[in-house]
Amino acid sequence: MLEIKDLKASINKKAILKGLNLTIKPGELHAIMGPNGSGKSTLANILSGKEGYEISGELNFNGESIKEISVEKRAQKGIFLAFQYPLEIPGVNTNNFLKTSLNSVRKARGEKELDTLSFLKLIKKTSYELGIDEGILSRQLNVGFSGGEKKKNEILQMKILNPKLSILDETDSGLDIDAIKIVAKGVNTLRNDKKSFLIITHYQRLLDYIKPDFVHVLSHGKIVKTGCSELAQELEKTGYKKIN
Amino acid sequence: MKQQTLEKSKEYKYGFVTDIESVKAPKGLNEDVIKFISKIKKEPKWMLDWRLKAFSRIQNMKEPNWQKPKYPKINYQDLYYYSAPKSVKDKPKSLDEVDPKLLETYKKLGIPLKEQEKLSGVAVDAVFDSVSVATTFKDKLTEKGIIFCSISEAIQKYPDLVKKYLGSVIPITDHYFATLNSAVFTDGSFVYVPQGVRCPMELSTYFRINASDTGQFERTLIIADKGSYVSYLEGCTAPMRDENQLHAANVELIALDDAEIKYSTVQNWYPGDKNGKGGIYNFVTKRGACRGKNSKISWTQVETGSAITWKYPSCILQGDNSVGEFYSIAITNNYQKADTGTKMIHLGKNTKSKIISKGISAGYADNTYRGLVDINKKALNSRNFTQCDSLLMGNKCGAHTIPYIKNKNHTSVVEHEATTSKINEEQLYYCNQRGLNQEEAIGLIVNGFCKEVLQQLPMEFAVEAQKLVGISLEGSVG
Ligand SMILES: Nc1ncnc2c1ncn2[C@@H]1O[C@H](COP(=O)(O)OP(=O)(O)OP(=O)(O)O)[C@@H](O)[C@H]1O
Ligand SMILES: [Mg+2]
Repeated sequence: MLEIKDLKASINKKAILKGLNLTIKPGELHAIMGPNGSGKSTLANILSGKEGYEISGELNFNGESIKEISVEKRAQKGIFLAFQYPLEIPGVNTNNFLKTSLNSVRKARGEKELDTLSFLKLIKKTSYELGIDEGILSRQLNVGFSGGEKKKNEILQMKILNPKLSILDETDSGLDIDAIKIVAKGVNTLRNDKKSFLIITHYQRLLDYIKPDFVHVLSHGKIVKTGCSELAQELEKTGYKKIN
Repeated sequence: MKQQTLEKSKEYKYGFVTDIESVKAPKGLNEDVIKFISKIKKEPKWMLDWRLKAFSRIQNMKEPNWQKPKYPKINYQDLYYYSAPKSVKDKPKSLDEVDPKLLETYKKLGIPLKEQEKLSGVAVDAVFDSVSVATTFKDKLTEKGIIFCSISEAIQKYPDLVKKYLGSVIPITDHYFATLNSAVFTDGSFVYVPQGVRCPMELSTYFRINASDTGQFERTLIIADKGSYVSYLEGCTAPMRDENQLHAANVELIALDDAEIKYSTVQNWYPGDKNGKGGIYNFVTKRGACRGKNSKISWTQVETGSAITWKYPSCILQGDNSVGEFYSIAITNNYQKADTGTKMIHLGKNTKSKIISKGISAGYADNTYRGLVDINKKALNSRNFTQCDSLLMGNKCGAHTIPYIKNKNHTSVVEHEATTSKINEEQLYYCNQRGLNQEEAIGLIVNGFCKEVLQQLPMEFAVEAQKLVGISLEGSVG
């Protein structure tokens, strides 16, 4: 599914990722942990195609290099990023945004666009399944949403867009227990042997609900340790000091 | 800004020319041409005298030059002041008599007059160059006593109303373009809504410039009698031409006691090509008088076309408790220039005005909001709220906000807020990540930015206007 080889990235001449290797197979769920500023969000941004980085190395998605592919094309190919800080877009209705987004993705996949009625049915069903209050859907996109509401909205979008690779950048940070369960539910209900996940988190807690196949530690722009879910528990106790 | 090749931006969709034989006045601005116009329109003598009075005044007037966009000198002697399709010698009585070529033209513009009469609830007056070629739904309106016809027809059929109100809001000698219009105006719409009547449908005029070297001088007059209500919308397009063409309109609105007029414009004149060649000079005077107590006039404009837009739809709040509103979106791309805003003149007590202006500038364009809020000494307890937001795309365009505020009494309050921002790259990235391409993303964000204004538009037009907002900015990034 995803293959990253010797990825180096810098911004304004500042090196952030310094030779990162990672392979995620279909059906696998990988967690990435690591100290603040180690480059986790940078990795997520680069995978999604964000501009502004100087990049070398290989980046393959489903056997195809995506290095030269635009953000929207990658999204249409099935890469989804739940943002660490979801953006507010004033004046844009959340429902409407989601519908436009879903239809762009569907169009790119050669599927029929959904009319308003079928879309509303789908979103009603999905938010009910996840236990997300529909109230946010009629509001302006992320404007005035609480931190938790923003994150739930990201998960709802992930569910609706049904991506092949979902990247969650600290979606669990700042969430109460119930909200964390919603995030976990979003992931677990999507999870199957064809879909892959890259979950960036600082806390073991989320991983209690979604069992990762691998846990990686990212430090100073490199993966310095890889293990299975026990590694996360260990880190929770000892911190990152021992690893460095 | 994101470097990526965009799909070749779509050409201006309305840029075609209708091949139709026309009757023209000889080129040039002189008494004979004015007499020609007046004669061909079978006007009474008082109307001709009115025109000639304006013409005599214009000799000593100068074009305004305080506005920001400058333009090469216009040779007023090198223009045609009247051009009309030959087939419209006498205005057709019904749609069946209208030249099929004209019906086809309006169909291509998205206004299928014949179908529309059956399907949608909008009455249309279609103005082609200098004449009105068709007005729909006349019968249904007549039942309610509403008059909706071309101004030429009104001058013949309702001289008392025209005499009483024409020039009563925009005096003949107001300024150069208004005076020029008074001398040579050709067609436009006339609306009268009688006392206590709520107009049951949207009224709309569609202006089309077709002939070359021709100025269009539209004149519209709307009167809402006591306790009445009317919502009116105008749309406009023109062919793509390398030379600039002049559109100098005068629009006057009069609202009597407890009456309300809602006037919306979707202006999509040809903006010129991406290098700034050609396009319409849109020099327009629009003014409404809230003459009666508790009356209300609301202007909504979506200005996306024209090489230069120069207009300030204004409200004179004479009646006590009267309300004036101005909602504006002005989008300039490539080399377009806009200098637009409003004047709110508070004369009556407890008068209120609200100004919401959204300026969007891209490419090498320049966008100015210029507005006056003038609260008279006697206009006690009056209020104004002004919000001007500018959005810039790229760093070669300009946005300016020039508010003039005169508050001459102590019981009135004026609030002014202004913001200028660049289109937010992170917002674009977020939209792109959800599968929207650059243009969809910009369309979405800009529509969000303009929402307060868009939602003022009648439903039938809001969707079209939203699309237009997106299209006007095509090719503005990359
Ligand atoms: N635009 C930028 N210009 C300069 N430095 C940047 C820029 N963006 C990120 N960085 C730096 O790159 C490093 C990695 O940042 P990144 O956001 O990827 O960290 P992170 O691992 O996600 O941290 P956190 O756990 O706090 O979210 C940080 O030192 C950050 O300051
Ligand atoms: Mg981060």
